[in-house]
Amino acid sequence: MPAKIAVRDVSKSFPSDKGQLHVVDRVSFEVGDGELVAIVGPSGCGKTTLMNIVAGFDRPDQGSVSTDGVLRTEPSSRGILISQHGSVFPWLTVQQNLMFGLNGYAHDDKEALADHYTAMVGLKGFEASYPHELSGGMLKRAELARALVVKPEILYMDEPFSALDALMNLRMRNELLRVLTEEHHTVLLITHDVEEAIHLADRILVMSTRPGRIQASFDVPMAHPRKLSSSQVQELREAILRELGVDID
Amino acid sequence: MRKVLPSVAIGALLIAVWWILVVVTRSVIFPTPLQVITGIWELAEDGSLWRDIGASLYRVGAGFLLAVLFAIPLGLWMGWVRGAYATLNPIFQMLRPISPIAWIPIAILWFGVGNVSPIFLIFISSVFPMVVQTTAGVHAIERRYLRAAENFGVSRYTLFKQVVIPAVLPQIIVGMRIGLGVAWLVVVAAEMIALHSGLGYLIIDSRNAGNRYDLVIASMIVIGLIGLMLDRAMRLLEGHKLVRWRYAR
Repeated sequence: MPAKIAVRDVSKSFPSDKGQLHVVDRVSFEVGDGELVAIVGPSGCGKTTLMNIVAGFDRPDQGSVSTDGVLRTEPSSRGILISQHGSVFPWLTVQQNLMFGLNGYAHDDKEALADHYTAMVGLKGFEASYPHELSGGMLKRAELARALVVKPEILYMDEPFSALDALMNLRMRNELLRVLTEEHHTVLLITHDVEEAIHLADRILVMSTRPGRIQASFDVPMAHPRKLSSSQVQELREAILRELGVDID
Repeated sequence: MRKVLPSVAIGALLIAVWWILVVVTRSVIFPTPLQVITGIWELAEDGSLWRDIGASLYRVGAGFLLAVLFAIPLGLWMGWVRGAYATLNPIFQMLRPISPIAWIPIAILWFGVGNVSPIFLIFISSVFPMVVQTTAGVHAIERRYLRAAENFGVSRYTLFKQVVIPAVLPQIIVGMRIGLGVAWLVVVAAEMIALHSGLGYLIIDSRNAGNRYDLVIASMIVIGLIGLMLDRAMRLLEGHKLVRWRYAR
């Protein structure tokens, strides 16, 4: 069976004042069906560029991306991108945002489906609210619900919770883990937060500074719910930080 | 109350200064505030004030409505289609700095001295700000929203109806406010030159009919008040729930 996501030898450069800026360099990895893989790396290492390519928004200069063995050249609702700054439409209510994704879908009761996911992320009662009436955490929940409502096979999450405060960040991680126990999704997560990666992922890929390469891979064997203060988590965290070149002694 | 008090005080002070200056200089032609108020009363009583207000508002209404119908679709098209922008924008940029007043001879040549000339001038004066604002509005749509729409794979119709138009609506309203403001300036100028009705004509006619400066200033005050009301009416649109997101936070 082909991997859910297969990234093969992907490279990308951008023109700049100083000539070509080599951002992603021969990156290859696979994500299995239902797996949650996190990519961690320093800021500016090309993580977001890589994510845009994997999600189909951008083309690699070299290499390829396939999902289920099919070459991916453009985005599709089978894989929804959730990014740091969010993209919930501010001019639509929460419910209208969810219904937006269902526009081309043949479903008997789209409203009921939207309501189901609104409730799932804990936004029941806020269906008619506009985004500017919601807090940052609620906005993230709305975005998650809008992604889930189209039943995507893959969630591409690019620093999804990094704009939230620490407490809300932790809550949203738990929220995501809860959703993943209820529904089957493959997740590719990009983050600069090693602890977040260990909290959520089955496997962690470490990216180097620009041009970004995958320089190491770590399995996260601990079962959920993970105790972040456990010695196993701390050891893994230290190993990843060392890989990232952070002096922890 | 506290908010309006300073402006009421300044207004009262200006009127007092005006009154004192007229009395001290013993001006024969320049009227006192009381004479202006009786002038307004006189115009209202003989019906000419209402007739001229009606004529001016009709011309502005017709020219402005035509401009809205023309400018908004054109602005959306120019904003969306790069080729349309590249072709038409230089022409618009060249025509835009020409004062609408400069078009008066051409308007008379083409349309004579009836209602069509001022309607044409109002159209010309208000169409440019609306095209420019609408085009700029499309260009300013944040990429994350367009990407989200692309990700959900919605039709072009849905993209326009639920993303592009709502995103641009606040800018369109700004363009309409500017356009209507300019239209109101231009109608008065046009009526002074080529017409026999309207508030602009009322000013010129009052001066010609025996230097009735009380009626000249009375007309000016009426023009100012109506202009203020038109702007207030446009501002009401900014409070509409469809565009409130733009002004929140």
